[in-house]
Amino acid sequence: MVAEAISEGRAGGDFWAGVRLSMPVVVASAPFALLFGTIAVDNGFSVLEAFLMSAMIYGGASQMVGIELFGQHVAPWLVVLSIFAVNFRHVLYSAGIGRRIAHWPVLQQAVGYFILTDPQYAIAEARAESGRPVGFVWYLGLGLPVYVFWVIESGLGAVFGKLIPNTHALGIDFLLPIYFLGLVLGFRKRPLWAPVVAASAAASIIAYRTVGSPWHVSIGAVAGVLLAVILPPHHSGVGKRP
Amino acid sequence: MSTTFWIILAGAVATYLTRVGGHLVISRFETIHPRVEAGLNAVPAAVLTTLVAPELLHAGPTEWAALVVTALVSLRGGLMAMFLAGAAVLILARQFVG
Repeated sequence: MVAEAISEGRAGGDFWAGVRLSMPVVVASAPFALLFGTIAVDNGFSVLEAFLMSAMIYGGASQMVGIELFGQHVAPWLVVLSIFAVNFRHVLYSAGIGRRIAHWPVLQQAVGYFILTDPQYAIAEARAESGRPVGFVWYLGLGLPVYVFWVIESGLGAVFGKLIPNTHALGIDFLLPIYFLGLVLGFRKRPLWAPVVAASAAASIIAYRTVGSPWHVSIGAVAGVLLAVILPPHHSGVGKRP
Repeated sequence: MSTTFWIILAGAVATYLTRVGGHLVISRFETIHPRVEAGLNAVPAAVLTTLVAPELLHAGPTEWAALVVTALVSLRGGLMAMFLAGAAVLILARQFVG
């Protein structure tokens, strides 16, 4: 009984610890959810469809791209392929975080992968790296508020249309880059951090200029990862562990 | 069911595949080669960088100021402090510079 109560109390604490970390993500993604809803309706989605897209795909950039192509009456399969392309980076997250959550029950893992977004991955990975366990309850505390707000705000954006008066003055277009820069810097103590960042930055900018968006994400990411693979293991600090 | 619905459903399946796929592939191997592990360790910095770097191409003084402040705060503060400081600089500067 006592042990149970203690472990329950700790689980509750874990959940709220996750919720606390989710707050900057909720704030940073809110404008995008509203914007997505607005654009979706502009491009011929119903409110329900906009809501469904956020609830089922739950990937901001890919939803924007999908909506944009849908509005241009591109073939449906091409819309789906583009969504896949934008989200392809998650394959890397999945392989990375899989090492941390492989001990969860399968159903919990299935949920965990569903809410595996950029910040979810980065924050969970940072926690694992600091030596603390990545438990399901904590992970859910981190991801659930972001998901719920994302879906509701998408619906709100769709219903109220042009809700945001002056997106530029509010800096909305640049909030996510700031947030992502913060995440990148949070990993600066990892071995090979600087060369990986440099390689990915250069490759993504070149790809952005030549191949175009959204491929610059996958190309840039692969460049950084390949560099870490190619450099001898003693640089990457991997082989040292017992 | 409308075409839109099917696009959403197929997009959702495709997205879920990317989120679960990397793990399914990696977990087939009993041991992870040190080079593969080194590659996986590089993932967060590599991917997140690509979400920031191209933005620098059309960043003006306002955006640069926000990023520099974010980087400076990162030396001391946590993620929340970093984000709030960067966002504050961006929004303030945009009121004046535009």
